[in-house]
Amino acid sequence: MKKTFLPFAVFAGIVLLAAVPLLKGKDPSVLSSALIEKPVPAFSVEGLSDQDLKNGKVSVINVFASWCVTCAAEQEWLEKISSIVPVYGLAYKDKKPDLEKWLSDHGNPFAAIGHDTDGRASIEWGVYGVPETFIVDGQGVIRYKHVGAIDQYSYNDVLKPLIEDLKK
Amino acid sequence: MIIELGHYALVMAFLLSLVQAAVPLAGAARGRQAWMLVGSQAATSFFWLVLIAFLALLHAFALSDLSVRVVAENSHTMKPLVYKLSALWAHHEGSMLLWLLMLAFWSALLAENGKKLPPAFKARALSVMGMVSAGFAAFILWTSNPFNRLDPPAPEGLDLNPLLQDPLLAIHPPMLYAGYVGFAIAFSFAVAALIEGKVDRAFAAALKPWALAAWFFLTIGIGLGSFWAYYELGWGGFWFWDPVENASLLPWLAGLALLHSLAVLEKRDALRNWTIFLALLSFSLSLLGTFLVRSGVLTSVHAFASDPTRGIFILALMAAASGGAFLLYGFRATAMQSGSGFGISSRESAILFNNVFLFAFAASVFMGTLYPLFMSALDLGSVSVGGPYYVAVVMPLLLPFAVLMGLAPRLIWKENIQKGFIKKNTLPLFATISLLIGISFMPQEKSAVLLVGMAAVAWIFFATFNDFMLKTGYFRSWRTMPMSYYGMIAAHLGFAVFVAGCVLATQLAEEKIMWMKAGDQANIGGSNAVLLAYESGLGQNYNADRAIFSIRSAYDHSQYAFMAPEKRWYPAAEKETSEAALLLQCFDILYIVLGDTDENDLNRRVIRMYYHPYVTFVYLGALLMALGALLAMADRKRVRE
Repeated sequence: MKKTFLPFAVFAGIVLLAAVPLLKGKDPSVLSSALIEKPVPAFSVEGLSDQDLKNGKVSVINVFASWCVTCAAEQEWLEKISSIVPVYGLAYKDKKPDLEKWLSDHGNPFAAIGHDTDGRASIEWGVYGVPETFIVDGQGVIRYKHVGAIDQYSYNDVLKPLIEDLKK
Repeated sequence: MIIELGHYALVMAFLLSLVQAAVPLAGAARGRQAWMLVGSQAATSFFWLVLIAFLALLHAFALSDLSVRVVAENSHTMKPLVYKLSALWAHHEGSMLLWLLMLAFWSALLAENGKKLPPAFKARALSVMGMVSAGFAAFILWTSNPFNRLDPPAPEGLDLNPLLQDPLLAIHPPMLYAGYVGFAIAFSFAVAALIEGKVDRAFAAALKPWALAAWFFLTIGIGLGSFWAYYELGWGGFWFWDPVENASLLPWLAGLALLHSLAVLEKRDALRNWTIFLALLSFSLSLLGTFLVRSGVLTSVHAFASDPTRGIFILALMAAASGGAFLLYGFRATAMQSGSGFGISSRESAILFNNVFLFAFAASVFMGTLYPLFMSALDLGSVSVGGPYYVAVVMPLLLPFAVLMGLAPRLIWKENIQKGFIKKNTLPLFATISLLIGISFMPQEKSAVLLVGMAAVAWIFFATFNDFMLKTGYFRSWRTMPMSYYGMIAAHLGFAVFVAGCVLATQLAEEKIMWMKAGDQANIGGSNAVLLAYESGLGQNYNADRAIFSIRSAYDHSQYAFMAPEKRWYPAAEKETSEAALLLQCFDILYIVLGDTDENDLNRRVIRMYYHPYVTFVYLGALLMALGALLAMADRKRVRE
């Protein structure tokens, strides 16, 4: 091959390499979690511990806070989920009086609330922001993590089908 | 209705671009004058049609027509008008339309101004522009249509990200796109030359003004982006080696090498293959930049909403355009090689080395930017490449590059340096060494980066000055020097000033982070800053918390300025921004940022203060380089055949 074709060869190589992630359909907006398919981490805070999540029932854990503006937006969807499976709240770096007021303002869909005042338990869950929602199956294994507020699309297209699937 | 007219205009533009792509090319092959002229006519009409489409969309933004989806997604009725308008290019679909408008503008400019170009060459170049236009028009119509309606219309817009509601940032994309797209002209000229199998001095003379103009806009665009990042993002950094920033640097570097190659080609008919290659490369890198920002393969503060379909489309466009061009290069390049030789220490040789250095640096930036992409593509894990890599790569290249920059004007075309060269040119060397000795006596800590950087800066300054003195007989005959010479001086000095700014502002910076409440004070960079009070205020579409500082001289505490950093809350977008306070002190900048409040004591907040000596040089340098391009464009001398 003449050396004048070198630019073309390099260019073709780059294009092919760039095409791979595109064609694989990897969605960079999906944040991976190291805890998917792993058992619920050991933790214990006032109001909630990992033992509550290993009692053979599918459950949803929602990490939230009264100081988190977006969390208020997903309350109606948590209410919907709570009618199918128990929803446990993990209050991240929050204060009880603030929580009480917030829950009376926005509604309380939680079967129980864990008070993670220093954020250590959330670290065990790999939480890096609020709100985050985890779906745990009947064996106490984390099956899905949803980052950000739940909306009609994530509820109807992802969360509801998965929960119903796990309940079978 | 107006939106639909704009949409229709865009469809017609697309169809016209197909004509522009095919007819002139066939005409040039068959020697049919009328068909070749279609190129100019189509290009001009294409511009008017795209302009209509653009204005229709602008109209929708100006009136906040919330029945248009992109307006609802990116605008808000409460916003100031200028940001309603700039929202047009603050998102993917609208900015692609701006891209296309720039392309149309450059094509039309070529159609109207390329009077001295041979008709067949011009027809082929316009044809290539038509092909690129068709590709992008198709991309917009099929994957990124800004004219889609929203039914029912939104009750209110989602607001523009407040970080983008800024005058400099409003003008940054148009400047940048003018530059990116300007290199399409170089690309089409190069392809036309490859088709004709002919590259000569006339080619270089014809292409030079277009390449200079494109590079000018790119320099301004990058400078604006950097300056915006400096004062808006609140960390006092002016370059983050973000993938998209790098994507703009790559065509800038390739374009710079192209400008130098063109000088050699025009004067000496040498470096033909290099020139063609660089012309193809510059625009290919522009396309790559477009791809990186919009395909979602790289995470970046700049990335538009990711969408693999769009990514695949642009990749295909790039493959067709650049792939086709490089393939053509592969076939034709050897046939076009010139016979003009030159000595190893001639000026051509220096410029050839310059090309090699620029290319090496560009290749390193390219590797650093795409390395994470390759790693994830081959599932080898995820990796991020940041500042330290790029600094480590540029520092060894900087000094030899600077030496060449200072030396090349003293070299002569074709011949090696004669005896006595070293004797005649020792002054700059002595001056540089003296300056370095002076710097070593400075009390501050001196890093290797500082010394190497300042050595490079000093050498360029003194060597350029030395050359000017010798060539003008100690200033006497300065009027006889061509404009392009002053262009070179401005650009080279601009580069030196720029490097000085980068090195001094980063190596000699001061930083203080502390809790402050009213009455507290701190010393930084020769000033004493006293916090007078915290207060709140209201803007057109935001609420603000503010800290009021009195700035006094550290020496005698005489007050000379106020600074008021803010934290703003934009309720519509539900976003908070930090507005740093900047104070210009000669060439330095004092920089204060308001941080979070102490949970336990609401009267205390985090305050970050930075002192950046000579940081303005970064931007003055960029302006000087841009001025250099303008001066070179003003050179009226024509190539003698």
